[in-house]
Amino acid sequence: MAEIQLPESTTRRPRMAVEIAGLKLKNPVMPASGTFGYGEEYAPYLDLNQLGAIVTKGLSLNPKAGNNTPRICETVSGMLNAIGLQNVGVDAFVRHKMPFLEQINAPVIVNFFGNTQEEYAEVAARLDDVPGVAGLEMNISCPNVKHGGIVFGTDCDAAHEVVSLVRKRTSKPLIVKLTPNVTDIRVTARAVEDAGADAISLINTLTGMAVDVKTRKPRLANTIGGLSGPAIRPVAVRLVHQVVQEVSVPVIGIGGIARAMDALEFLIVGATAVQVGTANFVDPNAMATVIDGLEEFCQDEGIEDINDLIGTLEG
Amino acid sequence: MKNYKTIILSNQEIAPHYYRMRILAPDYHKMASPGQFIMFRVQRALPPLLRRPFGIFRIGCLPADCDGMPAKEYIEIIYKVVGSGTEIMQELHEGDRIELLGPLGRGFELGDPAEEKILVGGGIGLVPLFMLAEELVKSSRVRLLMGGRTREDIIAVTEFERLGVETYVSTEDGSLGEAGLVTQVLERKLMKYPQAAVFACGPMPMIDAVQKICAEHKTPLQVSLEALMACGVGACLGCVVKGAGHSDAEPRYLCTCKHGPVFRAEQLDWTRLDETESECGGCK
Ligand SMILES: Cc1cc2nc3c(=O)[nH]c(=O)nc-3n(C[C@H](O)[C@H](O)[C@H](O)COP(=O)(O)OP(=O)(O)OC[C@H]3O[C@@H](n4cnc5c(N)ncnc54)[C@H](O)[C@@H]3O)c2cc1C
Ligand SMILES: Cc1cc2nc3c(=O)[nH]c(=O)nc-3n(C[C@H](O)[C@H](O)[C@H](O)COP(=O)(O)O)c2cc1C
Ligand code: FES
Repeated sequence: MAEIQLPESTTRRPRMAVEIAGLKLKNPVMPASGTFGYGEEYAPYLDLNQLGAIVTKGLSLNPKAGNNTPRICETVSGMLNAIGLQNVGVDAFVRHKMPFLEQINAPVIVNFFGNTQEEYAEVAARLDDVPGVAGLEMNISCPNVKHGGIVFGTDCDAAHEVVSLVRKRTSKPLIVKLTPNVTDIRVTARAVEDAGADAISLINTLTGMAVDVKTRKPRLANTIGGLSGPAIRPVAVRLVHQVVQEVSVPVIGIGGIARAMDALEFLIVGATAVQVGTANFVDPNAMATVIDGLEEFCQDEGIEDINDLIGTLEG
Repeated sequence: MKNYKTIILSNQEIAPHYYRMRILAPDYHKMASPGQFIMFRVQRALPPLLRRPFGIFRIGCLPADCDGMPAKEYIEIIYKVVGSGTEIMQELHEGDRIELLGPLGRGFELGDPAEEKILVGGGIGLVPLFMLAEELVKSSRVRLLMGGRTREDIIAVTEFERLGVETYVSTEDGSLGEAGLVTQVLERKLMKYPQAAVFACGPMPMIDAVQKICAEHKTPLQVSLEALMACGVGACLGCVVKGAGHSDAEPRYLCTCKHGPVFRAEQLDWTRLDETESECGGCK
């Protein structure tokens, strides 16, 4: 049987690849740290090879216990979490989790944090020569225990200092992840760019709290937690919009993305890529749906290269 | 382990606030073992945002009918309406589309057939014990001690009886069976049958009491725990319990969803379970 010839424009698939800090991603979609474990947890449900990149749970120098339970609770169109950054520690990660991740045909971005500047620097240094680690994402939403617990990312001088220090200890592409819990995010964005960040990702969770009215206790053992999910998306889009106007490094948009339409908002305001977090819990296939939806959107709109869409917000 | 986009076959009230739902679930008999659970996506729209975990009560099959319709394999869950998600679930009907992630977690170990098997269920905690009983009756003597606050919390007991399980019912208000706690019945049974293995699922205070009794009698115990869950697959670390030997310096957290929901008693840190789990164990 003769093959039916479709017109050129409908057969050609849009180019979906983007580049961030020298990392070549086959599409702009990756998981958000802490919502995708170390990758293997979701392997039964999703082909990890189709992802733009893989982002791991946040790692610290030593294993971290995390908070008491309850650690999570659902809120309107979102959830609060106070996991407390429980993780296996950087050395165990390299030994036990990297071998699996290395087999995946997608760049592995390792998220990390510390409670002191030195800890941040040491984790970055230990990851520097680990083969298979394509890039680092530095979570600066952590309290600085040597400075009264003030969160690094809420103090632009502390943020500048810690990013500068890490910059000296790593040759890998360095993405700095910003906290939204600040008065003016443009100030922190400028500070971390100036300190040598190759890219910026945002947003981490918004601090929040919920109360069980019957017991009159906080719903989280930690009292305060981080809000994520669809509820935070408009806030995240606004913050990404503000940051892309302020910096020249590429930006990764995060916050409440569950469908392609959500991801498109971030790309249009100027994010080069996006991360999907809480939506993975709701639908383990969420990222595949976002990727397919983005491609379909480009096709429908006659966009040949997804890069032509980035930062096209109309005034 | 799969995510099925599937349909509801039936959804019926079996007692006030308790519902039994059948969901089309091909191949579950090949995949699921007693004690495993599923994550149920209540509806594609929000709310609720997160999936809800439910134990698998039973796996069944509607026979192929005479018009050549293929046999339909289904799972049955029994749930109690306690909040926003289950309130929506009670309104669902035959043919409604839902999503099912599972089967998840680690179930029960069946153990030595020579032992007497004692199942202890508190209220809705009875659910994961049915598939277990189906397996255990094949080679062991099985008894079910079923407790609840009141007679309405005593569900599905006749189904256990039909399997040949000897059942003992107790209610706190004495409205059905013996008046008092299920753990009193357990004490007596363990005196009588010292060579027993115990399997328990129910509210956390009950599980705690069962653990103390079994520890005293040196009786092997497996418990099925509940926890608030977001992912159900070990990715979010929201559902953890403290494992034996846990300390802040050497954390030994176990995920209820991945390492459990069934644990051997000796896997867990019982000194701390009370304080951390009472919140989300939820007496139901
Ligand atoms: C492994 C596992 C198996 C379960 N099996 C069953 C079952 O077979 N039948 C059944 O009726 N229920 C079962 N549950 C409990 C069930 O998941 C909750 O009752 C349900 O998620 C409540 O949802 P909701 O939206 O109606 O309530 P919400 O509005 O979310 O909460 C109402 C109340 O229920 C409590 N609750 C919420 N989620 C849970 C949870 N995951 N575990 C314990 N308490 C919770 C809350 O603390 C609150 O007090 C199981 C839980 C787990 C972890
Ligand atoms: C359970 C949970 C754990 C998280 N853990 C981390 C973490 O370890 N490191 C980090 O940088 N962000 C962490 N985050 C934040 C997410 O990466 C993301 O920034 C945030 O959830 C917003 O995206 P979302 O609305 O798509 O979930 C976590 C979020 C959740 C819900
Ligand atoms: S529910 Fe997410 S780790 Fe268990």
